[in-house]
Amino acid sequence: MTRYIIRRVLQAIPLLLMISLILFVLINLMGDPIASFGGRQRLRPEDRARLTRQLGLDQPILVQYAIWLVGNDWMRIDLDGDGVTDHYGTRRGVLRGDLGDSFMEKRPVLEVIGERVPNTLLLMLTSELAILSFSLLIGIYSALRQYSALDYVFTAFSFIGYSMPVFWLALILMYVFAVNFKRWGLPYFPTVGMYDLAVGPTVGQIVWHMVLPLITISIISIAGYSRYVRAQMLEVINQDYIRTARAKGLPRWMVLRDHALKNAALPLVTLVGMDLPLLLSGAVVTESIYAWPGMGRLFWDAARDTDIPILMGILIIISVFVILFQIITDVTYTFLDPRIRYN
Amino acid sequence: MTEVEPPQDPPEPGAEAERPPLTPAQVAWRRFRQHKMALAGVGLLIAIILFITVGSIFFSEADANYNDLTIKLSAPSWEHPFGTDLVGYDILARSIYGGQISIVIGILAVFVSLAVGVLVGAVAGFYGGIIDGVLMRFTEAMLNIPQLFLLIVLAKFLGGKVPTLYLLGRSFSGSVVVIIGVIGLTSWMYLARIVRASFLSLKEQEFTTAARCLGARDVSLIFEHILPNTVAPIIVAATLEVANAILSEAYVSFLGLGVQPPTATWGNMLDKAYSHLETEPWMWFFPGMLILLTVLGINFVGDGLRDALDPRALAQAE
Repeated sequence: MTRYIIRRVLQAIPLLLMISLILFVLINLMGDPIASFGGRQRLRPEDRARLTRQLGLDQPILVQYAIWLVGNDWMRIDLDGDGVTDHYGTRRGVLRGDLGDSFMEKRPVLEVIGERVPNTLLLMLTSELAILSFSLLIGIYSALRQYSALDYVFTAFSFIGYSMPVFWLALILMYVFAVNFKRWGLPYFPTVGMYDLAVGPTVGQIVWHMVLPLITISIISIAGYSRYVRAQMLEVINQDYIRTARAKGLPRWMVLRDHALKNAALPLVTLVGMDLPLLLSGAVVTESIYAWPGMGRLFWDAARDTDIPILMGILIIISVFVILFQIITDVTYTFLDPRIRYN
Repeated sequence: MTEVEPPQDPPEPGAEAERPPLTPAQVAWRRFRQHKMALAGVGLLIAIILFITVGSIFFSEADANYNDLTIKLSAPSWEHPFGTDLVGYDILARSIYGGQISIVIGILAVFVSLAVGVLVGAVAGFYGGIIDGVLMRFTEAMLNIPQLFLLIVLAKFLGGKVPTLYLLGRSFSGSVVVIIGVIGLTSWMYLARIVRASFLSLKEQEFTTAARCLGARDVSLIFEHILPNTVAPIIVAATLEVANAILSEAYVSFLGLGVQPPTATWGNMLDKAYSHLETEPWMWFFPGMLILLTVLGINFVGDGLRDALDPRALAQAE
């Protein structure tokens, strides 16, 4: 087992290097980061040249990648453009925990991202909880009462939910529960931000503001997950060992809980393992619509301004977590399912 | 893999001589026909296709791209059944032409991802070894990045670099081509994995060895002998991929990085709708509804195809 884990971690290193190289090249080709530097003013050509040099954007792309990776504090660079390499660099590189400074905010990327992570995790973990509990409930019910009226209703809803553009669902929810509820004099949900600026970030405010984004994110995922749970559950309850358990006289609920559910939930571990790191990235569209100050929205803002360090930071953090969770999921699996052995 | 039907006994002379054994395609069609949701999906898609084709007889593209500022933001009426938008475009006419573009984008994007996915998967599965290792690591690397992030980065990178095209007497904003490429290049990874998995098992089978002994070259082995046997899962995956591509177009356009006006798509009709959430709901309701119905129809059909073409998946699901 230890050997297996070590091998997986070693395999992850070239994979991460490859991902980061692909991303770095793509993101640097994305647009001109200097363009949004001056705000509304146009930059003078000499300022532009100076900025390009200071940010190291005049270097060949592979050199830029190397600097992003290992920093440039060990080499002399030419800051004033006189052809003499007279300054030491200040960047330490990703491998030593320095993701660089945000172009727009002029602060360390880790600091900018760090501010957003709690907001995103709050929204996404709550959503994941709702998604898991509802899809388990719906999936199990549908499997046990296959072809019942409610099963058909759930099936229809899951297909519709699965086919719906998430922003359109958000628009409809906002139209009904914010716009029209307000019109009808009912208590209505807010649609923007995390809390009322006049009230401040109290628990009540945040919960109240979280309702609509939460529902938006959950509905789409519940639709897919509940179908999956249903299919798994159906496969398991038709197995021989379930019949055996029933035949030896175990009560139905015990068979379901101890024999069926445990095995049906196993593949769900993989799904959750794949989802968890993505939660960190937030939901770009949902967070943008509801102006939720999380990672998804940060990514979108950074993409608009071509803030390369922020974009690279977010994507590389997500990639590390995706790979980490893949390994964790695979290892957890061997504990949950003794049939699986990795050599 | 194609049908794994049990071999059918030759009909006894005289007994059922008038009924030859069913071909795999006939078996699949029979199963598809019994799938109620798939038929509903087909109906839905026919309705949508009628809407965007017959509709274009009543409205010319000039109507769709003609705006009258004096009637901007008017509510649905007899004259403008879906209302008008911010600059006075007729939303019904734009829904018709936008739908054509959205669906064309969806289908062409899947052809792009098919081309890449099948090639990568086939080469990796067929040759194995280092080639397989490198290609699959690359596939894995792409899969690890959330698709929407890749879409945003690529759309921003390529945006505005392709000039306006003129085809069949109509002008297409260059962004249409960009979006097709971007969606195709971010969605081939699952196809590559499916194709590779099929190739890994098929290349070990006797018919491959036989073809090789007869002197078939690699290209012919890959494309003429093995690939035809992987058609069924590819069709299913590609069908469902069309639905995803239409949704992707909508997301990218909603974020303002998609197809640029005056060319309409269902996605970019929703772009400015956010600011008219309260007062002009017709602006975002109709295009969104059309996306939903189309994607729903394709998903139904894809589900039916999977059950019809892949009996093992059916056994697993039910």
